[in-house]
Amino acid sequence: MSAKSPSDWRFWYVQHKGTLLAAALFLVMFVIYVSNHPAGFTPNVVQTASKKATLLAFVAMAQCFVVITAGIDLSAGMILILCNCLASWLVVGTPLQTGLGIVAVLLTGLACGLLNGLIIIFGRLQPIVTTIATSAIFFGLALLLRPTPGGSVNEDLADAFTSKLFGIFPTSLIVLALTILIIWVPFSRSVLGRAAYAAGSSENAAYMSGMPIKRAKLAAYALAGLLSAIGGLYLTFFSYTGEAAFASGNAYTLYSIAAVVLGGVSLAGGKGSAIGAVFGALAFRTIGDLLFVFDLDPLWQPLFQGIVLMAAISIGCIGLARVRNRLEWFQ
Amino acid sequence: MSEDASYMRQSIIPVRLRSVDPAVAIAFGCIILLLLGGSIYSSNFLSPDYLLQQLKVASFLGVIATGMMMVILLGQIDLSVPWVVTAGAMMACAATAYGTAGSIVAIPFGILCGAAIGAFNGAAVAYLRIPSMIITLATNAVVQGLMVVYTGGFAPQDAASPAMRFLATGYLIPAIPNGVLVWLVTGILTVFLLTRTTFGRSLYAIGNRERAAYMSGIDTRRITLLAFVISGALSALGGVLLAGYASKASQSMGDAYLLPSIAAVVLGGTHVLGGKGSYLGTVAGVILITLLQSILSVMQIEEAGRQLIYGAVIVCMLLLYGRQKLA
Repeated sequence: MSAKSPSDWRFWYVQHKGTLLAAALFLVMFVIYVSNHPAGFTPNVVQTASKKATLLAFVAMAQCFVVITAGIDLSAGMILILCNCLASWLVVGTPLQTGLGIVAVLLTGLACGLLNGLIIIFGRLQPIVTTIATSAIFFGLALLLRPTPGGSVNEDLADAFTSKLFGIFPTSLIVLALTILIIWVPFSRSVLGRAAYAAGSSENAAYMSGMPIKRAKLAAYALAGLLSAIGGLYLTFFSYTGEAAFASGNAYTLYSIAAVVLGGVSLAGGKGSAIGAVFGALAFRTIGDLLFVFDLDPLWQPLFQGIVLMAAISIGCIGLARVRNRLEWFQ
Repeated sequence: MSEDASYMRQSIIPVRLRSVDPAVAIAFGCIILLLLGGSIYSSNFLSPDYLLQQLKVASFLGVIATGMMMVILLGQIDLSVPWVVTAGAMMACAATAYGTAGSIVAIPFGILCGAAIGAFNGAAVAYLRIPSMIITLATNAVVQGLMVVYTGGFAPQDAASPAMRFLATGYLIPAIPNGVLVWLVTGILTVFLLTRTTFGRSLYAIGNRERAAYMSGIDTRRITLLAFVISGALSALGGVLLAGYASKASQSMGDAYLLPSIAAVVLGGTHVLGGKGSYLGTVAGVILITLLQSILSVMQIEEAGRQLIYGAVIVCMLLLYGRQKLA
């Protein structure tokens, strides 16, 4: 990175404020968590924590792609469930079969996202209702594949993807980082990614400037499907089975929105990054773990999680006090 | 597509029918098609007994969707429905445990709890300007937490009071279930509110452009707060009815009502970004969704197929009339 002038740094800071805050929030929580954990800071503790967080991190990243274009994907959790069920059929057998299975699962996720995008962009429907409807379709497909929980997965592969690299780094975190490097970084720096941001912050202005809005949105929805599919694959690696669980699909969708908000991505679009969303997801999962180390009754976990979530989003409204013109409330 | 429709409306259809929203007409048309299609499968689908039974089941969704519609007209959304429904039911059942006095206040108490949660949502959206999609999501999580702590993971006093059971399943007027009456009363009040009061007009105005509504002297924050209070209260009323119907309150009883209530409102032609929509459309949407679910389950199509058809029908209907105008 070349030398930057102070004003460049300030610009960089303003642009990445949400992401930095999310990272700081996660770090604080994780330090509290680890320092109170009976085992301390060991690879095993980190691995267990990352295991829980990776799934949500993938779905949150998927949600982030869509939210940046000022849309929303309420079917992300169901794509994850569908891919989990599909993977429990396909990702088995010889290495070649397993490899083809993984490709098939990822393509299915991509197709699901593409379907969402096509309906929303070329059917000109609202993202909220469209993805509600398609989530019913995806869940129906998942139920067709797995009426009852079952199936299996190539266990060698699953273990390889969920163990530790060199006995220290959790593989799931490395895959997460690689995904960011391979999918998010090129996307956000490409013309399409810029157009996605532009469409999110002001669609009319972006249209007038001749940006490829439709292609950008379509790419965002499709990549969101792909990322949810990676989450689904990972769910299969962790659980070794496929299950069409309605409640957990819904929970992933709702938590992904929460994680995205915690990660500093604006639901109004045009602001934030997938890295922030990932930190948001990690922070959200650490909240749940905090209770565990403080030996609180697990009954209190949902309430605690809700209150921390509410506190985190209330911080966002502090900016209101700085608004001088009341008309700016109504954006 | 939408241009064609509006062109046709202006030229061919007589003046009196011009005010009928094509969305409402299509939704009612689909209801009739569904009933006719069902009657080919079995003649029971046209019997009064079956239709009344469907109306009774629809009344729960109808009451909840009414509240959702008010919030959607504002251009907001209420994602806290699942646990407000459950909280309303659980609190009403809990009050029943305190003797006769408890039984008497059970129903108002349940609704009041819902209204209080709605007031919290409304205050956060209207005065703190937190986007409704986020704050109602967080409220949902907090209420879930409160209910889990309250019940200790299982249901303590979960039996519905006789009054609640009467409200949901009894017959005040012969042949018409009370649940349908409750929906009818709610509906009449809502139509009055939406079309004959400044509150209703303000809802539409804010949904169209909040800035303009504010400039023309509407206290937009108070109206937003009130709409969320009504939504919370009606969700809780739906929960009370559900608890009366099942004669007990249980966790996750409200989960099945969030997405259908949004879908019903939108299928009825209400614009999901606010400012446009009629209550008649919401009624059509509610009946349509209830009938669709019922007919699919009577035909013994498995859950998987039901979900598939359910989702596909919503997408297809929206593609018929829910499309946005070209920029």
